[in-house]
Amino acid sequence: MKIVIMGCGRVGAQIADLLEDEGHDITILDIDTYSFRRLPPDFKGTALFGNGMDEEVLKRAGIEEADVFVAMTQGDNRNVMAAQIAKHIFNVPRVISRIYDPLRQELYDALGIEAFSPTTIFAELVRDKLKS
Amino acid sequence: MYIIIVGGGRLGYYLARALLNEGHEILIVEKNAHFCDIINEEMGSVCVRGDGCETATLTEVGTGRADMLVAVTGDDEDNMVACQVAKHKFNVPRTIARIRNPQNEILFKKLGIDVTVSTTNIILEAIEKEVPTHPLTHLLTRDDRGLEIVEVRIPPDSKTIGKPIKEVPLPEGTKLALLIPRDRKPVIPSPNSIIREGDQIIALTTLELEEELRSNLTGI
Repeated sequence: MKIVIMGCGRVGAQIADLLEDEGHDITILDIDTYSFRRLPPDFKGTALFGNGMDEEVLKRAGIEEADVFVAMTQGDNRNVMAAQIAKHIFNVPRVISRIYDPLRQELYDALGIEAFSPTTIFAELVRDKLKS
Repeated sequence: MYIIIVGGGRLGYYLARALLNEGHEILIVEKNAHFCDIINEEMGSVCVRGDGCETATLTEVGTGRADMLVAVTGDDEDNMVACQVAKHKFNVPRTIARIRNPQNEILFKKLGIDVTVSTTNIILEAIEKEVPTHPLTHLLTRDDRGLEIVEVRIPPDSKTIGKPIKEVPLPEGTKLALLIPRDRKPVIPSPNSIIREGDQIIALTTLELEEELRSNLTGI
């Protein structure tokens, strides 16, 4: 599958690494080239400098042929905006977005963006750990 | 009307001032405490500190009874989310978003945001009107119906000069309304009207088709 990831933070870089190992074609975007240091040295995918909310940049990243788009920046609003561009402008079949704010996550889930909130997931995880 | 303004920067500030003078009920949502204080000191208690993209903040300011929400922060993504939350969580009848990147206009429309205002496009249009060589000028935009009236000028290097209008393919849904030759009287274009250098053609089209219309009419 062709996968475009926006945001090369710790999570973005690790997703890129994991999915590449599974044989997928990865393009990862970031607005700071320094972030690409997080990619493993043997990363064979494409690391592209640019803003994932910009349609031109997304086209360069090959969004038109992408099967999956993953929005993984620190900004909730940036993630949902890029995710909605991928979904509504480029008709990417599967769009996944991280949204820290649980209320916004609910809303965008309802609007057809596959959104998950690490805030909720982590809080529940800690609670479950304490239970056991 | 009860109007909520998200973003208390200069644009939000002057917008609130003007709307208050017109007798509307205004509330500004602004993240920055300092800006909030300034606004509240000058205009009375009209500013609430908070994130206008958060449902909790918008609940607190009574978005459910708002007639309109205007998002004028400096970031397109924040304006988009504020409008979407207002629309989908609170059913606000009218949402207006300021946009910086003109490309976002199409996305925002698709997402159901009622009106977008692109400062970039407004300045660009002003330049187009000032610079007569620019081949396409926006004269009027009907956002609600997706229509616009434009003027196309036929430049000297145009490949359609000397051809009748019937030989120029027009994008579907586009209508030519008026042909204004350089030295003669304006006419309603007929299929046999000949295109000449310097002609101004007034046409009804859509944002998506304007570039095709310009390119077909000028042949370049």
